[in-house]
Amino acid sequence: MADVQVLGRRPFGVTARRDAWWVEPLVVFVVLGSFAVYATWAALQGVHYSHGGYLSPFYSPELFGDSPHAIFGPKPGWWPLWLPFSPAILILWAPGGFRFTCYYYRGAYYKAFWADPLSCTVGEPRKRYCGEAGMPLILQNVHRYFLYLALLFLPILAYDVWNAMWFANPATGATEFGIGAGTVVLAANVVCLGSYTFGCHSFRHLVGGGVDCLSGSPARHTCYNVAGKFNRAHMRWAWISLFMVAFADLYVRMCAMGIWADVRIL
Amino acid sequence: MARAIFSIWRGDQSGGAMQDYVTEVSEGMVVLDAVHQIQAESAHDLAVRWNCKAGKCGSCSAEVNGKPRLMCMTRLSDLPLDEPVTIEPMQAFPSIRDLVTDVSWNFEVKTKIKKFTPRPPDAADGTWRIAQEDVERVQEFRKCIECFLCQDVCHVLRDHHLHDAFIGPRFLVYTAALEMHPLDVEDRLADLKEAHGVGYCNITKCCTKSCPEHITITDNAIIPLKERVVDRFYDPVRRLLRVFQG
Repeated sequence: MADVQVLGRRPFGVTARRDAWWVEPLVVFVVLGSFAVYATWAALQGVHYSHGGYLSPFYSPELFGDSPHAIFGPKPGWWPLWLPFSPAILILWAPGGFRFTCYYYRGAYYKAFWADPLSCTVGEPRKRYCGEAGMPLILQNVHRYFLYLALLFLPILAYDVWNAMWFANPATGATEFGIGAGTVVLAANVVCLGSYTFGCHSFRHLVGGGVDCLSGSPARHTCYNVAGKFNRAHMRWAWISLFMVAFADLYVRMCAMGIWADVRIL
Repeated sequence: MARAIFSIWRGDQSGGAMQDYVTEVSEGMVVLDAVHQIQAESAHDLAVRWNCKAGKCGSCSAEVNGKPRLMCMTRLSDLPLDEPVTIEPMQAFPSIRDLVTDVSWNFEVKTKIKKFTPRPPDAADGTWRIAQEDVERVQEFRKCIECFLCQDVCHVLRDHHLHDAFIGPRFLVYTAALEMHPLDVEDRLADLKEAHGVGYCNITKCCTKSCPEHITITDNAIIPLKERVVDRFYDPVRRLLRVFQG
């Protein structure tokens, strides 16, 4: 192929654009960075993650822990003494990996955190580039495996909503059905995470995008169309679900710390 | 009638500079109208490529105020005219002169992509039957007018000049149209991974944002191709299944 001699590249940050091109990467940097800091802090706390029937989504499923939600009991004896323990450490890598390798987030944080590029037609800081064709970013191709794990989390979080519908009667001590503001928060979180997960590009590929002819499989074709509808709003659901999962953790945490009082709706 | 300043890049492959021109602008004018007016009034030797003036031939691609645009579809009423409007040639291709670039590399790339190869005909008269829902997915890709704005805005070509390793968004769309076609039986996945460099795309979606035909390039063409490449080369479970399936 002919050697393509183009005019020189623009220096870092230089562009002829007149619009506020820096706003989008700045917002992504601040919001995504803030979420990462908060999620890491919340995951390492190891306390105030459950309140009655409520369990923070950062800690669900609670494999080992001190709350009544723990499946296998308290912190295991084999846990290394030098390693700080939190139930969230055991599971949060899975949904975290799903978001980190998500096609939408990849494009967003390559721009906001790595300036590759900072924004369209804006000069870049580095000359060397191999994108996702070489190490380490070639590992992003593992995304579909994080999708499989993320799909497992949805019924678990839905079960947490079921658990959040049962409250202890302070007078009798009996367990009774009810709906609190926390129930609504946890339910909304599952809806948002589901909408984000079912719009995943790998999910769309899995249910039908990988084949050329879907006319012979009406069920698969329907799944592909539904995934396509969610996919068209994937960016929106990525942000909404990010806020929602952080807020769900914050809500449970505030209730557990006694700062917020949970409101019983029913 | 108002007057506006247009700062136009003048030069060739050896170099050039922005040069200011003042001209009258009126309601309904597009950038290409202003360029033609300047050509007629004060810059008779200004080189500009154009043809249909209707956003369908893809000839008048340029960068207006730093954004890849078709000049014939960019209304002056959408631009701030209180400051000079900059018009530059596409940066991802060699300059020929002024606003005209040499886009021949794109046509060379196209010849390297395996051609449409249909399965044997479905009927004895040599014709095929395709369900509407099967062909709908690739219809979007056929809207491409080959303006090459997506190639221009792609930082892999524009900033990193990886023309030898990456075919660019336009030809990933072209490949997707072939690869996802219900009749096509050709296998382009190895080419996509190696010679065509689909892995170089880091999903910035600049191509999608600049497409004048509003083709969802990244989500509907590039990412599905990346997923198919993952199926073939990076997914150990799929590999194992293929072993058992023969």
